[in-house]
Amino acid sequence: MPEKSTPAKRPRTVIQKIWDDHVVTPLTADEDLLFIDRVLMHERTGPQLLEGLRDAGRRPAYKGLVYGVVDHIVDTSPDRSAIDIRGRAAEFIPRLRELTAEAGIPLFDVDDPRQGIAHVISPELGIALPGCTLVCADSHTCTVGGIGALAWGIGSTEGEHAVATQTLVKRRPRLMQVRLTGRLQPGVTAKDMALALIGRYGTDGAAGCAVEFCGEAVTALGIEARMTLCNMAAEFGAFSAVVAPDETTIEWVRGRPFAPQGELFESAVAHWRTFFSDADAHWDVAVRMDVSEVTPQVTWGISPNQAVGIGARVPDPATWDDSRREFGGRALRYMGLQPGQPIAGVPIEAAFIGSCTNSRLSDLRMAAKVLQGRKVAPGVLAIVVPGSMQVRAAAEAEGLDRIFIEAGFEWRASGCSLCVYNGSDSFRGARRVISTTNRNFENRQGPGVQTHLASPATVAASAVQGCISDPRPLLG
Amino acid sequence: MEAFESIRGAAAPLYLANIDTDTLIPSPLITNASREGYGPKLLAGWRYAADGKAEVADFILNRPAWRDSCILIAGENFGCGSSREMAVWAVRQFGFRCVIAPSFAPIFRQNCLRNGVLPITLAAELVEQLAQNAEASPRDWIVDLRDCSVTDPSGQRHMFEIDGGERDELLLGMDPISVTMKRAAEIREFARADRERRPWIWTAGDAP
Ligand code: SF4
Repeated sequence: MPEKSTPAKRPRTVIQKIWDDHVVTPLTADEDLLFIDRVLMHERTGPQLLEGLRDAGRRPAYKGLVYGVVDHIVDTSPDRSAIDIRGRAAEFIPRLRELTAEAGIPLFDVDDPRQGIAHVISPELGIALPGCTLVCADSHTCTVGGIGALAWGIGSTEGEHAVATQTLVKRRPRLMQVRLTGRLQPGVTAKDMALALIGRYGTDGAAGCAVEFCGEAVTALGIEARMTLCNMAAEFGAFSAVVAPDETTIEWVRGRPFAPQGELFESAVAHWRTFFSDADAHWDVAVRMDVSEVTPQVTWGISPNQAVGIGARVPDPATWDDSRREFGGRALRYMGLQPGQPIAGVPIEAAFIGSCTNSRLSDLRMAAKVLQGRKVAPGVLAIVVPGSMQVRAAAEAEGLDRIFIEAGFEWRASGCSLCVYNGSDSFRGARRVISTTNRNFENRQGPGVQTHLASPATVAASAVQGCISDPRPLLG
Repeated sequence: MEAFESIRGAAAPLYLANIDTDTLIPSPLITNASREGYGPKLLAGWRYAADGKAEVADFILNRPAWRDSCILIAGENFGCGSSREMAVWAVRQFGFRCVIAPSFAPIFRQNCLRNGVLPITLAAELVEQLAQNAEASPRDWIVDLRDCSVTDPSGQRHMFEIDGGERDELLLGMDPISVTMKRAAEIREFARADRERRPWIWTAGDAP
């Protein structure tokens, strides 16, 4: 049908387009019953979800659209096995196994070569697709917005609703456009961009909003880096975050095992190409940031917005307004830092590369580039945990594991590992840690552990130097 | 779901920003896949000494006037961090039915609603004021969802706003799944049409 015979449509954002594509029925003026294309659950929140469902006498509405993973407390020692489940996982993993089997839901189990962190494997396997709605009982579900999916985290009880009905009752979120302009300097990454953004606008900068990241600095990113950016939207207070799918996305998704193949892929692509923001679409909030001047970022405090450039000094909260002063002071005390102290040069005791923020192949390549031919400083515990077993295998295929191991890193199996302390894996007494993860809350990575968030390159450089360090000189 | 009309009782001030879900329920204390038993573990890192047993005497929830509080007055960005619903279960199982804060992390807020805990958002200055009032006079606070008011012990009333749908759900204690199930035919119809419109969404189950 010729375009002009159709009535002019109201301009919409990419988020509204994906949303509208999933409305089963409107419920009130601003609330819809939304169809959910994919539901994921992990061993920490999945058992309660499935148990609640079973106890209420309910079954999954469409079990082919629901998946289970083990990531949160799975053992990441390279010799782990599915039979010998150790420590705290012994309670949760068999339980999830039992309940997923009973409900007929596939589980990417410990010994599955596709096992990994939910937000890493769902796009990697093609379970998450552009333009789909996806929920997982986990706060970093928005990571997969990097491939143009509308994805958000829910609790176990909402998860029950999603599995029982394949829908959720959702209020239309506020819409926020974050336009990132300019060009990143070499050695500066999506992680630094995200930290700089949150540093500028705060952890509630996107409170309750669905965010579209757009602009030339975003389209220039590879898909994995876009996922890093969307991942940190959780630390930005966002409900969800999306990068509109483009040619880079389509090529990245092509051929993934759960993605459509052949002709079906082509018809999916035609549909996906409709997901972009119309030029005059309305945004409730719009901000822009030029990333050209962004330098490698490191957090100095206990909230992800407490970040500074690698060349900067730790700020002095005493000069801040009342509302922020107390929290700033608490941050400095916990972190054991002095106002005015340069952030570079602060000695570290451990370095961690992993998590759904920065554990994909491009992250490992970047770190390996810094580590190539170098050694971790004496006394620094250095650990790398690939985001999935497929990432691990791919990294091994190009010899990255050798670079890490020769540098003195532990090369582990996949899982969330030390991103979150759960009483098993620990930094073995190390207190000050530089980490590619997303949260630097007090005790997040272990009792008393002082976390500095940074990019994989910065973490690798700091591991080599034994103190917080600029990666750029080592990237040559 | 537990209905919420009005409550009367003690209000505990904990006016700190960014209290995250790991602080509300530390990860190592989630020892099994159950929904019960979290009340004594709420804020364990602050309530108990390093041995995890002895109570810290001057922590607000351990002080006699606040031991059975049903209202929590907290700082901004309450419930940030991990989406673990155990954080709300701990809040609820301790005895809280209502949390008043300048802002909530979105998933935590949603989890509150699903568990019969009323999240009230008020301006930061007012919340800070209420926290000070609660420190001075813990008893006899009233939160009424029917007229959307918080009344402090001096009789002063503060009105709050909440989405109409959320209010109805709480007032009636509706089970959202049962409500949605009434639309099962519409959902089936959507799915039927969607299989033709977006077949690729439906074939994933057949993947290797
Ligand atoms: S890697 Fe960390 S942030 Fe990501 S899902 Fe696991 S625990 Fe959460």
